[in-house]
Amino acid sequence: MESINYQNFRIDAENICVDYNGKVALYDANLRLKPGQICGLVGMNGAGKTTFFNALTGFVNISKGKIRINGESVRSAQKDQTIAYVPQSEGIDSQFPINVWDVVMMGRYGSMNIFRCPRESDIQAVKDAIERVDLTDHLSTPIGNLSGGQRKRTFLARAIAQRASILLLDEPFSGVDIRTEKLISELFIQFKNEGKTILLSTHDMIHVREFCDLVLLINKTVVAYGETSEVFTPENITSTFGGISPDFLFGPES
Amino acid sequence: MELCSFLTLDSFITDPLTHDFMRKALLMSSLVAAVCGFLSSYLTLKGWALMGDAVSHSVMPGVVVAYALGLPFSLGAFIFGVGSVALIGFIKQKSRVKEDTVIGLVFTGFFALGIVLVSKIKSNIDLHSILFGSPLGISTSDVKQTIFISLLVVILLSIFRKDLMLYCFDPRHAKTVGINVFFLHYLLLTCLSLAAVVGLQSVGIILVVAMLITPGATAYLLTDKFNNMTIISVLSAIISSLIGIYISFWFDLETGGSIVLAQTFIFLFAFLFAPRYGIFKLKKFLAGYK
Repeated sequence: MESINYQNFRIDAENICVDYNGKVALYDANLRLKPGQICGLVGMNGAGKTTFFNALTGFVNISKGKIRINGESVRSAQKDQTIAYVPQSEGIDSQFPINVWDVVMMGRYGSMNIFRCPRESDIQAVKDAIERVDLTDHLSTPIGNLSGGQRKRTFLARAIAQRASILLLDEPFSGVDIRTEKLISELFIQFKNEGKTILLSTHDMIHVREFCDLVLLINKTVVAYGETSEVFTPENITSTFGGISPDFLFGPES
Repeated sequence: MELCSFLTLDSFITDPLTHDFMRKALLMSSLVAAVCGFLSSYLTLKGWALMGDAVSHSVMPGVVVAYALGLPFSLGAFIFGVGSVALIGFIKQKSRVKEDTVIGLVFTGFFALGIVLVSKIKSNIDLHSILFGSPLGISTSDVKQTIFISLLVVILLSIFRKDLMLYCFDPRHAKTVGINVFFLHYLLLTCLSLAAVVGLQSVGIILVVAMLITPGATAYLLTDKFNNMTIISVLSAIISSLIGIYISFWFDLETGGSIVLAQTFIFLFAFLFAPRYGIFKLKKFLAGYK
């Protein structure tokens, strides 16, 4: 009975803690997400959003708690290409000498042989992914010559090419043009229909209301978690942002 | 007589080749340059210039101890090279001192230990050749060791070429898709120590860091493709070595210094005239005349 229960959750994080050399970045955080759910991760800078992502991808070790991905360990989720991470723009060296095609191909590395020689299926997956983010005209463009929005779409394509069932997106809407924003929103709806699970961090309250079924408010630990309509209240947001009035965050009411 | 030789480019190039030690020096330095140039594109992209400096200086006591014990000097150098990095990591984690301070502190400590050991251990170690390199006086056993290490590094880098690129570019993604980032980190460090060991024969411990960063930096200014960057880096490293050795032969200059100076000049040339990233954007300049 218990194991079936586990299987129902794509992500099941239980009381996780992360500390860096004794400095606590996140404690007692819980999160449960099912297939087809989109969850917004909202918090201040330094509230532990990126740390949360790092814990889920296994990039940092948790000091306490338990993470199950599809009922299995993070290690086997890595092996199975279950999780894709779409970095925020600042997390990437945009001057790195690499083009769109090669970045998206990196999404396939985990399932290739040791020399990372692309098979026919890998090439097809990369082509399809690039088409879905509308970058077919930029296959061999170095990422340094792309706009912020195009670069964001490149990394989204990498996640698509990986065929992951869980997408973690760090600030997917920051610094992108209107066209990219529209395209990403459309993709989110498609991903949801495909049964993918999405966890995205954002500063933008409007986006949360627009796409997120669930919202997780964090400030070193979970402040509130649940259905967006119930949890996303001015009181909760105020306590998440350390007492700053939500009026300030939402702009003056008209 | 030397002046006459200058009159033809042909003899400028062929005359030194009549000497056995020059043929050996040219070949070995080209090999070493190729290895360092290959690694260089990874180090510059990863931002490990200071790390390269640290490792190359830290191998000093290893070289001295190995010579004294009659072991292959590469073994001693390797142990101290990797050891210095481990120590840097340990001190950084256990204290509040900033990373660049720790790096500077550790490698100068190791380097000083090396110098003290040289003065204490009675042996035929030539301090000058360790510090400044001696590509013209390379011994046969050193040749064998250098070839072996060079091949090892080239094979390792070739096998893990793409993984290392991913590791430099986006380690978080590498980890997420199950690639062993820990292994890649130490692989790159191992190659760095080994390259420092072979590089120090050409240009010496003090300047070996130039072999590890300048070719990569030059290539970075000239291309937007990683593979091209590696090729340009290797070629510019080899060309600099050849130019440096010839110049030092004809003008009786310090060889290591000449090689590094040649690299620096090639970098400056790219810095000024690189088609897209140079100060005077040659591409735009030429386009203006069309």
